[in-house]
Amino acid sequence: MDFEFTKEQKDIAKAAREFALGEFVEKAEEFDREESFDDSIMKRAAELGFLGIFLDERYGGAGLGVFEQCILQEEFAAVDLGMSVATLTPVFGSEIIQKFGTEEQKLRYLPSLTSGDAIMGCALTEPDAGSDLASAAATAVREGDELVINGSKIFITNGTRADFLICFVVTDPDNPGKHRRHSIVIVETDRPGFEANKLRGKLGIRASDTAEISFNNVRVPRSNIVGEQGNGFAEAMYLFNLNRIAIAAQGVGLARAALEESIKHVKKRMAFGAPLAAYQAIQFKIADIFTLMQAGRNMVYDAAWRIDQGRIDHRLVAAAKAFCGQMAVKCADMALQMHGGYGYLAEYRVQRIYRDAKIIEIYEGTTEIEKIIVAKSLLA
Amino acid sequence: MNIIVCVKNVPFTQEVDLVLDASKQDVKKDNLVYVINEWDNYAIEEAIRIKEETGGHVTAVTLGKEADEEVLRRCLAMGADEAIRVERGDLNPDASMIAAILSAVVKTIPHDIILTGVQSDDLNNGITGSLIAERLGLVHAAVVNSLKISEGKAQISIELEGGQDEMSQVTLPALFAIQTGINEPRYVSIMGIRKASKKEIKVIDASGLGLPGEDLQPSLIMEEMFMPPETEGAEMLQGDAGSLADQIIRIIREKGVSL
Repeated sequence: MDFEFTKEQKDIAKAAREFALGEFVEKAEEFDREESFDDSIMKRAAELGFLGIFLDERYGGAGLGVFEQCILQEEFAAVDLGMSVATLTPVFGSEIIQKFGTEEQKLRYLPSLTSGDAIMGCALTEPDAGSDLASAAATAVREGDELVINGSKIFITNGTRADFLICFVVTDPDNPGKHRRHSIVIVETDRPGFEANKLRGKLGIRASDTAEISFNNVRVPRSNIVGEQGNGFAEAMYLFNLNRIAIAAQGVGLARAALEESIKHVKKRMAFGAPLAAYQAIQFKIADIFTLMQAGRNMVYDAAWRIDQGRIDHRLVAAAKAFCGQMAVKCADMALQMHGGYGYLAEYRVQRIYRDAKIIEIYEGTTEIEKIIVAKSLLA
Repeated sequence: MNIIVCVKNVPFTQEVDLVLDASKQDVKKDNLVYVINEWDNYAIEEAIRIKEETGGHVTAVTLGKEADEEVLRRCLAMGADEAIRVERGDLNPDASMIAAILSAVVKTIPHDIILTGVQSDDLNNGITGSLIAERLGLVHAAVVNSLKISEGKAQISIELEGGQDEMSQVTLPALFAIQTGINEPRYVSIMGIRKASKKEIKVIDASGLGLPGEDLQPSLIMEEMFMPPETEGAEMLQGDAGSLADQIIRIIREKGVSL
């Protein structure tokens, strides 16, 4: 067992940090306040090869693994999570196309994603189906060589900026197995009947676009189905397993940001004639944040490494996601507490870290869903 | 066009509270992150730009330990063709020793242009480039903030004090110590990293260069490193913006700056 990064992984971490420091720092506060983003930053990241590093070189990726994607996620999130999500999610869901798509679909959709010329997203969650994904009700009905899609989706990342979405829709309502009723279908967002509205007022990751979406008789060719018809649930779960660990890595990045901000603050801020750092009440919090962060990071590395070895451990992935979500929230809370009144102000970065952290517990499977997965596997 | 760039891995010290180590000869470096020396980053970028415009071959050279190879991998990832690490062993070289060692190495490599940074962020000697050039008998210029190459000549601009620049024409081969801001260094790309990981870094032992003993003796002996004494508190000025401006100008004049 070797706990060291390879030289290449070290170089990737350094390059990612340099990019994020160079491109995110100045704009993060504005994009958070305005709920906006500048896509030229994403395009620059794409030119440098940061988008879809897990995709095959044939499709413009770097042919690297989930582990390297986790390195990127941690480094970007340690600078700003909102901008990180806006920068890295244009390829969100491409894993499904690469794994289950036809060669024609891969060549048609993936290269434009890795080059930054196109943006995609995943439309899975519905107003009445979130954690209970199998009850998603949007339908795709066959008419000749076409599918006619109706229904609505919510909390869709990149909903208003995407060129196409992979959508989780019912194609086989009569199948007795509830996990065999859905398919993943590519929907280009310029098709008639597609509508997306940006959701405003998010607590955190406000640079990231989140939308509600409606399909009103949207027609797509049947060839837009990704993978086998009726296999949508399994494909969605495949994606979750890869992405959950990347989300956990975001939590590690946030904890690192919380630690960095806290150390800077407690060395500077004086109380009772000494810097805050001189007091054990503060020292214990600093030690706790480091310990929790490192524990989370070890879980992420372990789970991500197993995925790249082709030996995915669903329980470990879920446990890492649950731990890192709660860990990020707790670390951000301790960091803000150490900042006192300053931390309550928007101009202090720790406030943004605090607001951003909560999403780690929600998207790509809530903490509760992750714990159910862990418990089911232990009690089976 | 053969270009050699001398680069150095240095501790990143911005926003870091430096602490002296027990020997009082150095700062504690255990918790410091190492990065390419800022000036060298501009130098390697300049070399790669020249290569991209006129064609050529860029070699990055560093004097350091194995861990310092990351700075060379960075240069390769940015677009350098070749990288050489000179193993320093137990030497703790000062600027004159660095210059002696690096000039012995670059002497053996064909070169039209040698670039260094103006100074290094750790010790700020600011003389290594000039010392290398003197040893090699090369024309040299320091604090170069513009560099154009054509037909075996370099049009350069040197930054002087007071916002003035001096323009010169230099016949190659020559050495230039590059100033920050001469260009906008590129980010390292994933493709670059992957390419760099396949290249081999050549390692040369400093002790095997056949340098005379006196070249490997420091000419500068550090007696003690210490923190500057804390100065008296700040003077707080009062008044509206206009009167504050007058007071500030008065203070600047009193301190001897001609406005």
